[in-house]
Amino acid sequence: MNILVCVKRVPATAGKITLTADDRAIDTRYLGFTVSPHEECAVEEAVRIVEAWGGGTTTVLTLGPEEATDQLREAMAVGIDKAILLGTDGGEWGAVATATAITDAIRTREAADGPFDLILLGNEAADTGDYQVGVRIAVALDRPIVTGVKGLEVGEGTVTARREAPGGGWELYEIPRPAVVTVKEGINLPRYPSVPGRLRARKKEIERVALDPAAAAPSMIRLRVPVEKESAVEILGEGPEAAPRVVEVFRRLGLIA
Amino acid sequence: MSTQPADARVVVIGAGIVGNSLVYHLAKLGWKHIVQVEKGPLPNPGGSTGHASNFIFLTDHSREMTNLTLDSVDQYKELGVFTQSGGIEVARTHERMEELKRRMASSRSWGIDAELITPEQVKAMVPYIDTDIILGGFSTPGIGVVDSLRAGTIMRERAQELDALTISPMTEVTGIDVEDGHVTRVRTDKGDFDADIVLIAAGVWSPRIAAMAGAEVPLTPAVHQMISVGPVPLFEDTVGEITYPIVRDMDTNMYERQHGGDLEVGSYAHRAILMDADEIPSIAESKLSPTELPFTQEDFDLQMEQGLELVPDILGDERVGIRHAINGLLSLTPDGMPILGETPEVHGLWVAAAVWIKEAPGIAKMVAEWMTTGQPEIDPHGSDIARFHAHQTAREHVKARSAEGFNKTYGIVHPAEQWESNRDVRLSPFNHRERELGAMFFETAGWERPFWYASNESLLEEYGDRVMPRTAEWESRWWSPIINAEHLAMRDRVGMVDLSAFVIFDITGPGALAAVQAIAVAQMDVPVGRVVYTPLLNEAGGIKSDLTIMRLGRDQFRVVTGGAHGMGDKKWFRDHLPADGSAQLSDLTSMFTTVGIWGPRARDVVASATSGDVSNEGFPFGTARSIELGGIPVLASRISYVGELGWELYVPMEQGARLWDTLWEAGQPHGIVPFGIGVYGTTGRLEKGYRAHGAELDLEFDLVEADMLRPKVKEADFIGRAAYLEQRSRPPVATLSTLTVDDNTSASGVERYMLGREPILTLDGGPITDAKGRRSFVTSAGSGPSVGKHILLSYLPPEYAVVGTKLLVEYFGERYPVTVDVVGSTPLFDPDNSRVRS
Repeated sequence: MNILVCVKRVPATAGKITLTADDRAIDTRYLGFTVSPHEECAVEEAVRIVEAWGGGTTTVLTLGPEEATDQLREAMAVGIDKAILLGTDGGEWGAVATATAITDAIRTREAADGPFDLILLGNEAADTGDYQVGVRIAVALDRPIVTGVKGLEVGEGTVTARREAPGGGWELYEIPRPAVVTVKEGINLPRYPSVPGRLRARKKEIERVALDPAAAAPSMIRLRVPVEKESAVEILGEGPEAAPRVVEVFRRLGLIA
Repeated sequence: MSTQPADARVVVIGAGIVGNSLVYHLAKLGWKHIVQVEKGPLPNPGGSTGHASNFIFLTDHSREMTNLTLDSVDQYKELGVFTQSGGIEVARTHERMEELKRRMASSRSWGIDAELITPEQVKAMVPYIDTDIILGGFSTPGIGVVDSLRAGTIMRERAQELDALTISPMTEVTGIDVEDGHVTRVRTDKGDFDADIVLIAAGVWSPRIAAMAGAEVPLTPAVHQMISVGPVPLFEDTVGEITYPIVRDMDTNMYERQHGGDLEVGSYAHRAILMDADEIPSIAESKLSPTELPFTQEDFDLQMEQGLELVPDILGDERVGIRHAINGLLSLTPDGMPILGETPEVHGLWVAAAVWIKEAPGIAKMVAEWMTTGQPEIDPHGSDIARFHAHQTAREHVKARSAEGFNKTYGIVHPAEQWESNRDVRLSPFNHRERELGAMFFETAGWERPFWYASNESLLEEYGDRVMPRTAEWESRWWSPIINAEHLAMRDRVGMVDLSAFVIFDITGPGALAAVQAIAVAQMDVPVGRVVYTPLLNEAGGIKSDLTIMRLGRDQFRVVTGGAHGMGDKKWFRDHLPADGSAQLSDLTSMFTTVGIWGPRARDVVASATSGDVSNEGFPFGTARSIELGGIPVLASRISYVGELGWELYVPMEQGARLWDTLWEAGQPHGIVPFGIGVYGTTGRLEKGYRAHGAELDLEFDLVEADMLRPKVKEADFIGRAAYLEQRSRPPVATLSTLTVDDNTSASGVERYMLGREPILTLDGGPITDAKGRRSFVTSAGSGPSVGKHILLSYLPPEYAVVGTKLLVEYFGERYPVTVDVVGSTPLFDPDNSRVRS
């Protein structure tokens, strides 16, 4: 069993997002970096499938700056075997350019080592959320894809994927391997890294492929923070004295007659 | 205090463990109108308290910090938030085992129950430790953990029950108004609060808040890394927060402690990661809290490996995950001590910052007492915000020293260890001469002071074994036998010493005499030209300081005090000058430099360079006047801290080199030697039994106990007079005594020499405690080359304060016989003081 997981380094944002002076990036002075919860689940799923199969290789891949090796090592700390960094100069890459670069890398790797049985991604990136990279990779490689997956079983020659149906219930897909699957948070509960896991990850090699910055186009011009909805808290009083005012509010909202 | 507690309006900024403890103690002492402002939500507003590991180890080499910690533990217990777990410091190296013996000695000196244990005993208590890599442990059963947030809530509630406290959470301070040097108002985003007293207990934000009022709080926020791993199978069946003793892995600067089902692993070993208070993110910008910054894994990699070595059963378990990892912010200061007290810049603006969980309630009680009566029970001078000299509040200094100190958190720090960073800040005019003579410089208050001179090495041959050579590495560190050779040469012939680190200030004006009379214990209504050595007391009769005052004119008094405590003394005088402005203080520290010249031939040297009368009749002991020396006017003061004939010579800074050269040349025919502070501060002083502030003298001892009584008490009132009279009316419960070591030979045949703070024990090895509950310990220790003994000073209760009594001193786990040679202040050397007066 040979599985590839693609992840993206993103700022671990808090409540209030501040932009850098040129409006082209999130101000990350006080922030750490992470991958999206979907991708954490994709990493966990890859490790579990290989554990269940009793053998195989898992590889994590990211496109990003040198610092994104932190996220590759985090994945290796919970059991991913190998890591590939498609190195950028730190500039933002759009979905088309990213999918193209990753597809190229997959082709190169598969030409040497044979195909990945399964390519896992998060359903969407935590920052840009454009839902495109997984689909574009699948189309470019001419492989079946199921998106938004919350249950996955890998059989001999097939993959069974389950996802929530609109309006409730589940959709069940059976597709041939090799395949691409994008997963959603909730498919599993990712494990924490152990100390030995961290220490092993620290010593592992990372394969680095330098990308041509010119291939990043189209590029992002500017970010804008949407206006936050102001929410106000009004304290109606304390103890029994507050009751009449609460009743009044309930009445206004039509909750009681 | 101009306002009474019941009327004063106090604003306490911050609701971490310090602010919460303070509102409680202030309310308890009768303060009524307390407003507590906190920018975060309660009960966990997002400061350092919220992510503290909350454990309390008891023993510190500092008595002040240990006493504050012990008081805090009592308070936490009373609040019902303390869980006793025990704690063990483990040693991986022989050097650390020796340090643990030293910690054992400190425990005995401060009265803490502790013992040294074998690796097997460690294993029996902490089964998950790998004993193969440790040599032993230092176990303290009284160690435990606290719930600091719960403690804070209870203390706020108690203050509210006393109808003394209004709390304003989610309120950000935007300004502090100061009028005529006194704080008047705190401005916030929720409105303004009028205030007579403002207390900043804002932890890592304190510098930012103090700056709003124009005051300096020289601390820096710094990262302390911590991870929490779990679930630990071994902890599955344990009940409550902690069952197993907390382990400090001293050699790797780490700790491992159970927290419910998890093990917390923290480190002080990583590189110092410092921030500015202005760089701390806001609550909204923070992922966790403003003081829990993203973990930087690469800084912790080595710690993980080292933790794995000590606790392989837990950290090596693949099922145990790293569930939480933070770069937590805490406060560091340039000298490692807290920052407490009223700011020297603004009246009514108080600070309590750079305080750890382990000492916070004790410190709050001390600060509240200080604010209320000016008489804290525990002496705060080591933490007093007034202690800082100007350069010590500079950002670069704060950062450099804090970074250097961070990795010493669990370090083996020699009592004389010197700082490496930010040296050469204050140089005397003779600095280049001293360098030529091979001076070994130690720093005090930024001044580079020669401790001894390589140029005196030839004296070693002259004095042979009288220099009391040392072979043990520990007490040879930061020491040289040359010190003792300089001492002997000074006593035989004459020596000169750089005393530039003095803090010097004049009190002048028509009210000057009344002002100094009101502050000093000694009679200050003396003829012009007299030099008076005097203690200063607080109202409770505790010893605030000791210093000399020269009366230079009818309305001019020159105060000379040590560099280490001088800034606190200056604030004390300034705070107690008359309100009508009839006396003024002017700081002359940077105007004058001082050289001391002492020894039997000092008069010959000075006489050969002056036309003035320096005979014993013409210039008696205890007088000061200007003489012309080598063509420049010099203020000469005939006193001595080494017990010899001689003078302190004061000249304007720019004439210092000239003075030095004059003495040097005039001294050659008389065999003059330059000598260092090693003689001035230790050997010369101890042979004479002279007391030093911070060692023998502090607020917890009185003048009767120190045997510094004058025959008469002056009529004029002075601070502490009533308490002093009361002290004199009853026999002391302890008396400062001079002891000498009878046999310095250790079990392995090495001569060992104590350095101070060791416990004094009875012949059967029991501790000695006086009627006030204070243990007997060595307040100062050092060579007495002229008496051929190693000298120890210690307060002893009456039953032991008897000349000839045989006792023991504990040093690195061994006990050495000592004899009480002197009870009280009679010098061991030249007991009738004939040399000083010759």
